[in-house]
Parts: sequence; C-alpha cells; structure tokens
Amino acid sequence: MPTIYDIDTGGKAPALEARDLSVFYGSKVAVKEISLTIPANRVVALIGPSGCGKSTLLRCLNRMNDLVSGARVEGEVAFRGKNLYDTDVDPVEVRRRIGMVFQKPNPFPKSIYENTAFGPRINGFRGDLDSLVEQSLRQAALWDEVHDRLSDSAYALSGGQQQRLCIARTLAVKPEIVLMDEPASALDPIATQRIEELIYELKKEYTIIIVTHNMQQAARISDYTAFLYMGELIEYGPTESIFTNPREERTEAYVTGRFG
Amino acid sequence: MSQPTGAAGSEVFDPAALAHKRTRNLAEHVIGLLLFLCAAASTLITVGIVLVLLRETISFFSSVSLIDFLTDPQWTPLFQEKHFGILPLAAGSFMVAAGAAVVAVPTGLLTALFLSEYASERLRAFLKPTLEILAGIPTVVYGYFALTFVTPVLRALFPSTEVYNAAAASIVVGIMIIPTISSLSEDALRAVPSSLREGAYGLGATKLEVSTRVVLPAALSGVIAAFILGISRAIGETMAVTIAAGQMPNLTLNPLESIETMTAYIVQASLGDTPHGSIGYQTLFAVGMTLFLITLAMNIVSQLILSRFREAYQ
Amino acid sequence: MGTAFMVLCGAATLVGVVALVVLLADLALDGAPRLSWSFLNSFASRFPERAGVKAALLGSVWILALTALIAFPVSVAAAIYLEEYAPQTWVTRLIRLNIANLAGVPSIVYGILGLALFVRTLGLDRSIISGALTLSLLIMPVIIIASQEAIRAVPSSIREAAYGLGATRWQVVRTQVLPMAMPGIMTGAILALSRAVGETAPLIMVGAVGFIAFAPTGVFDSFTVLPLQIYNWISRPQEEFHQLAAAGILVLLAVLLTMNAAAILLRNRYQSRR
Repeated sequence: MPTIYDIDTGGKAPALEARDLSVFYGSKVAVKEISLTIPANRVVALIGPSGCGKSTLLRCLNRMNDLVSGARVEGEVAFRGKNLYDTDVDPVEVRRRIGMVFQKPNPFPKSIYENTAFGPRINGFRGDLDSLVEQSLRQAALWDEVHDRLSDSAYALSGGQQQRLCIARTLAVKPEIVLMDEPASALDPIATQRIEELIYELKKEYTIIIVTHNMQQAARISDYTAFLYMGELIEYGPTESIFTNPREERTEAYVTGRFG
Repeated sequence: MSQPTGAAGSEVFDPAALAHKRTRNLAEHVIGLLLFLCAAASTLITVGIVLVLLRETISFFSSVSLIDFLTDPQWTPLFQEKHFGILPLAAGSFMVAAGAAVVAVPTGLLTALFLSEYASERLRAFLKPTLEILAGIPTVVYGYFALTFVTPVLRALFPSTEVYNAAAASIVVGIMIIPTISSLSEDALRAVPSSLREGAYGLGATKLEVSTRVVLPAALSGVIAAFILGISRAIGETMAVTIAAGQMPNLTLNPLESIETMTAYIVQASLGDTPHGSIGYQTLFAVGMTLFLITLAMNIVSQLILSRFREAYQ
Repeated sequence: MGTAFMVLCGAATLVGVVALVVLLADLALDGAPRLSWSFLNSFASRFPERAGVKAALLGSVWILALTALIAFPVSVAAAIYLEEYAPQTWVTRLIRLNIANLAGVPSIVYGILGLALFVRTLGLDRSIISGALTLSLLIMPVIIIASQEAIRAVPSSIREAAYGLGATRWQVVRTQVLPMAMPGIMTGAILALSRAVGETAPLIMVGAVGFIAFAPTGVFDSFTVLPLQIYNWISRPQEEFHQLAAAGILVLLAVLLTMNAAAILLRNRYQSRR
C-alpha cells in the first residue's frame, strides 16, 4: 500500500480528494488505486518519470479522461463532498469548476479578447464581459502586454504569452481549482519563470495541481508533492520533506536524479 | 489586484450544481440524434439502391431465366424477337475497360513514378493539379471529343473503323482515368518509407534500380488497388461510351466496330419508350444490378488490398 | 539507362497534359465561333442558327442551388457525427465502409435509384426536385469524405482547450471545430457540386429532357441542364449541331471554372480571417 502522509489542510475542507482511484486503458492499468488529499489554496505537484500516470491522474480530476475512448475509471474523486464520478454529475459542469491548462499553449485561432471571453460566453455569462476579460488578463499577468491590442490574433503572441493567455482563459470561467499539465515544458527559461511567479500569485485564490517533469520546478513552486511511479503513488507529503527527507528509497532515487 | 474570484470553500456548496442541466442536456441529445440520422441516411442510400434494384430485378427474372440472362449471346429486349443475354453488353463494357486500361495503366503508373521519384516539388505542384483537371471534365465532353476528334483520327489510320466504335471510347475513358490511377499510385509510392530508399542507395543502387526494384515492389499492392479502382470507374463510365461507342449490342473483339456497354444500354432504354412495369423497364434494373455488383466487387477488392497496404506502412 | 527511364516517365506524364491541351484546343476551335450573347439568351430550337442554352443554363443553376441546399447540410452533419460523436462501434465502422463504397458506385446507378424512388415511388415526376435529390445522393458521399478530412485536420489541442473550459460537445463543434474546418469543407463541397453540374447520365434517368423552350419557374417544373443539352446536340448527325455542342461545352466549362475559382477564393478568405 502506498504511504499517505496526513496533510494539514489548515482546518479548511480539502479542495479535492481522490479515493482508490484507478484508470484503465483497455486492459492496461495506468493509475493504480491512488488516494490523495488536495488542500485548498495550495500548489500540489505531481512528479515521476514519464509514463508513470501523472498526466492520466491529472486528467481524471476534471473528467477530461472521459474524452479518451477506451479509458475507464474506478474509485472516487470527491469535490466538496460530491463524487465527480457519480452518474448524476455532468462532466461539463465539473470542467467549469476545475479548469485545465495544457502542456503546449493551445489558444484558439481567434483574437486575444475572444480567447479570454470564450469560456464566459459558452457559459452564458451575463454581465460586463470587457471587465471580466481585463480582470482575467490581469490575473494572468498579461494585461500590461496586450491591453492595447486585444483584437490581435492570439497567434501573434510569443509562446510564453500564449500560455499566460491560456491561463487567463481558464481563470475567466472562475474555476476553484486549476489543473496544469507541464504548463512550462514548451517554454524558454524566462517565460517559465514568469509562469512560476504567476502560479505563486494564483494560489491565493485558487487551488493548483501541476504535473511537472522538472524537479527543481516542483521544489520551487509547490507546497506538496506527490511522487508517482508505474501508476502507483509512492510518496506524498510537504514538498520540503519529499525533497530533503524522503521516506521511500525510490523517491530519493528519483529526486536525486538517479533514475527517470 | 482584483477582488477574489476563486471561490474555494467560501460559500455553501450545493452538489446539485454539478448535476446535468436538463434543457442543455436535452438540446445536446437532440443535436446528437439529428447528426446520427444524417450519418445513417448514407446507409439508407445503399439500402435504397439495393432494394430498388432487387425489386425490379426479381420481376425481371420471373420472366427471364438466369441461365438465359448469363448465356444467351444476344441482347434484343426492345425488338420483336426478344433475347435477354447480358453477354454482349458485359463484353462491351469489359472491352472498353480493357482498352482504357491499356491507355491508362502504363501512363498512370509511369506518371506516378515521375511525380513521386523524379519531379521537383515545383514541377509536381504544377503537374498534379493540371492532370487532375482531366478528372474534373464532365464525361459528356469526353464523348464529344471521342466522336469529333478521336474517331476521325482512327478512321484516317484504319479506314474500316465505324463511326461509332469501341476504340475511340476506350481511348477517352483511358485519358479520363489517368488521374485516378496516377494519383492513387503516387500516394502508394510516396507512402514507402524513405529509409527503404536510403538503404538501397546505401548499397550502391542507381535511381532506376531504387524506383523499379525497391519502391515499386514495396508499393505494389497500393498500385494494384489504384488500377482496380480506375478500371472500375471505366466500367461505370456512361456518357462517353454512350456517345462514342454506339448502341449496338455486338459480341465482338474488334475494337473498331460499334458495340454497346451496360451503361449505354441503360441510357438508351431510359430515353426510349419503356413504360413502368414492362419487361423493357425491368431490363434497366437487371442491367443496373449487374453493373452495381461488378463495380462493388472491384471497389471492395481494391479497398481490401489498400487496407492491407496501409497496415504494412502506417 | 536511368536517364532513358526518367524520360519515359516524363513522357508518360506529358500524355495527360497533351491530351488536356488537345481537348481544350479542339473545343475552342469548334465552339468559339458559335459563342455569342444570343447563344446564351436563346432557347433550344430545331434550327441550329437560332438555338441557344438559356433553358439549360437556368436548369443547371436551379439544379445546382437545390442540390447544394439538400446535400451540404446533411453531408456536413454526417461528417460531424462520424468524427466528433460516433463511438467506435461496428455501426460506425459499417457507416464508414458504406460511405467509401458509395463514392465508387457508378453515377448511372444513382440515376436508376432516382427514377424508381423519386420519379415513381414518391411521384415527384420528371422535375427539378427529382433531379436535385438524385444528384444530392450522388455527391453526399463525396462531401462527407471531404468534410471528415477537414474536421480531422483540426488539432485535438483545440478541442481539449474548449472541453477544458466546460464546453459541451456541440459547443466545441460549433464554436471551434466547424469554423476551422469550414474552408476545407467548402472546398470539398464546391468540387463535389461541380461534379454534379457536369453529370448527365443520372439526369437522363430521372427524365430531364433535351428540348425545353421555357425558363423553369419552380422545383416541380420539367427541366434540362447544360450537359444534357450538349448530349442532345451531339446525338444529332448534322455538323452545325456539333458546333453548338462545342459552344455549349465551353459555357459548361466556364461555369465549372467559375465554381473552382470561387472555391479557391473562399478558402483564401477564410484562411486570411484567422
């Protein structure tokens, strides 16, 4: 059985809880009976060698895995006490509350404004769309760079700006949790640093779960770290103890760069 | 910074907020159903074709025996003395298709080799669309070309050529299917992995040897599928053969004589007086069924070969 | 040896190009002298010097518009279903296989279907609507296949982004997939429609006639189309009618050229708007 640390959620209800979560692709097991508590307003990093199931786990948390044909999920993901895999739950509603930022910046082939406004529009937002767009772009630390060219194509932005636009786009839907799947892996070091600073700012208002293959990044930005290996959760706890005082040998081997 | 927007743990949460929204869900389902019906409609086309052909064909075979249909060497359903032998029509169709293959198979294959192995990107970008114009020209135009240009040339070369003859039709149908064969063959040739080419060059093979002994054999099944598909098009071709090859069911091997194909007969009969329910009307469907089954079989064989080929390389 | 083979391949390629040039030159020489405004603006006639393509041209426009109206929405919807909705089951595989096979069925067989189904069973008679429905069935598989390819070319990252923001399936399709796939879909549809405009055989089957001396006023009118008028003239033995056929072909090719140019323009406009 995987070792589970008790997570101090500071008296608050946890943002998300996975219980005995397993994911199968056909007969292949991608994630094995993982249980994990995600505290609110914290950054949780999922690390592990490629193919360890960290991205699959992340995509289960807002039911993006529903879109993969042949994927099957067992176990529970509790969001505010409600199991997201209950039959009466609409995955569309789940994704509106648990947003996602992807590995490669994937803005729509539309203007900066339209990209940001897309989520609110499809959600039937009634209100001041302009100010919501501005607010979201400010939160994503992009406003100052783009405020005078909102009608330009999103493709005119640099990679790092595109990724921050994708973050702004996600924030505009006002989610509670933001899932990030290696959001900086396609970016240069300076753009990466800006994303990391942004994540630090965002955790004041959001819970962030981030998949990263970069251990320094995990150590820099996360409060808690989960180490996955071959679909199993090997160790989970405060980032500092995972990196300085891991209990499991495999965790130590990985964080010190001996494999993976 | 703006006011807090993340709502983690702030207000009371009602799990029903995550439930399916009934109106939206209903709309989604209705749309999905409509889209499914449109996709299913395509299946109904096939069902329709088969049912329509079957119904009249069965009536046809209640008055004509299948043996006569397949073995009688004469086709004269619209005459006083009626014969219902499909052979002359089928032979006409196959003769035109064979002639078209003689024109289009070598031309199409060599064109494909030129485009995939020799032509520069710029030359290819010009030649490919130019050749594809040939496939976009209406078939009635090919009929005109065959009758007013190809036939006079043939008559000058071979004075025994009749005004309506299989050869002229074969030549224009061949030209018509060159793009089908060259384009699909080229796809097959280009799908051959470049590692195979490089391996052969590494062993000191010349370009000719690589093209004909490595690339072509590797792409052979794709190329054959292209041939079959092109020939199936030739068999189904209607207007050019109706105009140029004549309307004379004639069991012959001489391409300079007038003949009639299955497709041309269908046109001829539907232009003439064939009242609903008459045996003449039913012949349309019996011949149509024969044509449908032949082309369907060829298309399926071609697809089977092609899917094998794709498995090997993709 | 190697050079000789290359020359052989090049020469074979030229066969097609030369055939195209000869074909067009032959048509231009035969038909151009007969092209005139009165040729475009006159109805069919027993006297070659008075005959024109007005009824046929109008008939082609009617058929084109109606076929587009019927075939386009149904085909695009079918393609959306197959690419974005369909579960990977045997039903889906059957539908796909069926569409691929339908695209290879000779057009005259569609004519037989149209004759039995629309003209006789539904009692639509030898009308424009019978012709348009028949041609719609004929080109639907072509539009479906082209649309499927265009939809498949939309990167999946765009779909993920939209789903990740809480879009429903239809919202993803309507707001992202369709706009991005539309240039490809339009190009495929226009090419399929130009095939419909050039078709003769299925329309002969559903009873378009060669001699019409009035402009159609509704979808239940009898009609003729350019290719059929051309066929009618070719079938006459007199040389004068053959020249009319050539002139008619030039008009038909001009229509097709216009459609193809429209396809290219449309595609470019969509692409630059992104």
